[in-house]
Amino acid sequence: MTGRVEVLVRLFGQHREAAGGSVVSVQLAEGGTVGDLRRALAADPALGISLEGAAVAVNRTYQSDEAPIVDGDEVAVIPPVAGG
Amino acid sequence: MSPEAIGGVLVAEVTEEELKGSDLLRRIGGVSDGAVILFEGRVRDHNTGRSVVCLHYDAYREMADEVLRDIASEALRSSGASAIGVRHRVGSLRPPSVSLVVAVAAAHRRPAYEASTYVIEELKRRLPLWKREEYADGTSRWLGGRTPSSGRTGLEEQSAGVLR
Repeated sequence: MTGRVEVLVRLFGQHREAAGGSVVSVQLAEGGTVGDLRRALAADPALGISLEGAAVAVNRTYQSDEAPIVDGDEVAVIPPVAGG
Repeated sequence: MSPEAIGGVLVAEVTEEELKGSDLLRRIGGVSDGAVILFEGRVRDHNTGRSVVCLHYDAYREMADEVLRDIASEALRSSGASAIGVRHRVGSLRPPSVSLVVAVAAAHRRPAYEASTYVIEELKRRLPLWKREEYADGTSRWLGGRTPSSGRTGLEEQSAGVLR
């Protein structure tokens, strides 16, 4: 209504430990992008997570900073991965 | 092919179940497959000079299953192998627990090795999965890894990465 979108962002690994929870809510302007999300997360010192080396997945696909985020998207911040 | 042996991706998933490579090996390969190989990744008791007592694996389960399936399909296409199965475990694992199994069947050895290597290298680049090492002195840390990307190029490696 107000031209803003609430995005529930899933956190994993060291981010989840640092933030003390597995989901964080972020307000984005309508038409916001992955880059906007990164800036919003970085601007929240209470969250205490480092986005350096982290990727963002939208609807389970890695996305670049230009990719849009719309209401209802499944969004996750992916710290550097270490499988095997 | 035996009735129960089928080609393609037999299984590609992240699981909490205990893994045994022999379970996959039994299910894979038909009469046209002259090469069947199995890779087991196991938790070892040391890393970068420190004594490791436990590895905790965490994953973005829903996405990880999809990424593993993509990687397995790509491996089949690029190598020409006939069948593949890959399972990655999550949870708390002590040495020498099996964390990863990759089984491949192919007509010849080269595509089998190629497919197996492809799966392991790609999952280290792209699979949304993390591990925290717990040491004998009671401390622990999340291991540095790689910045994932959707494609095969432009991959960045974190300078802080310690695992290979």
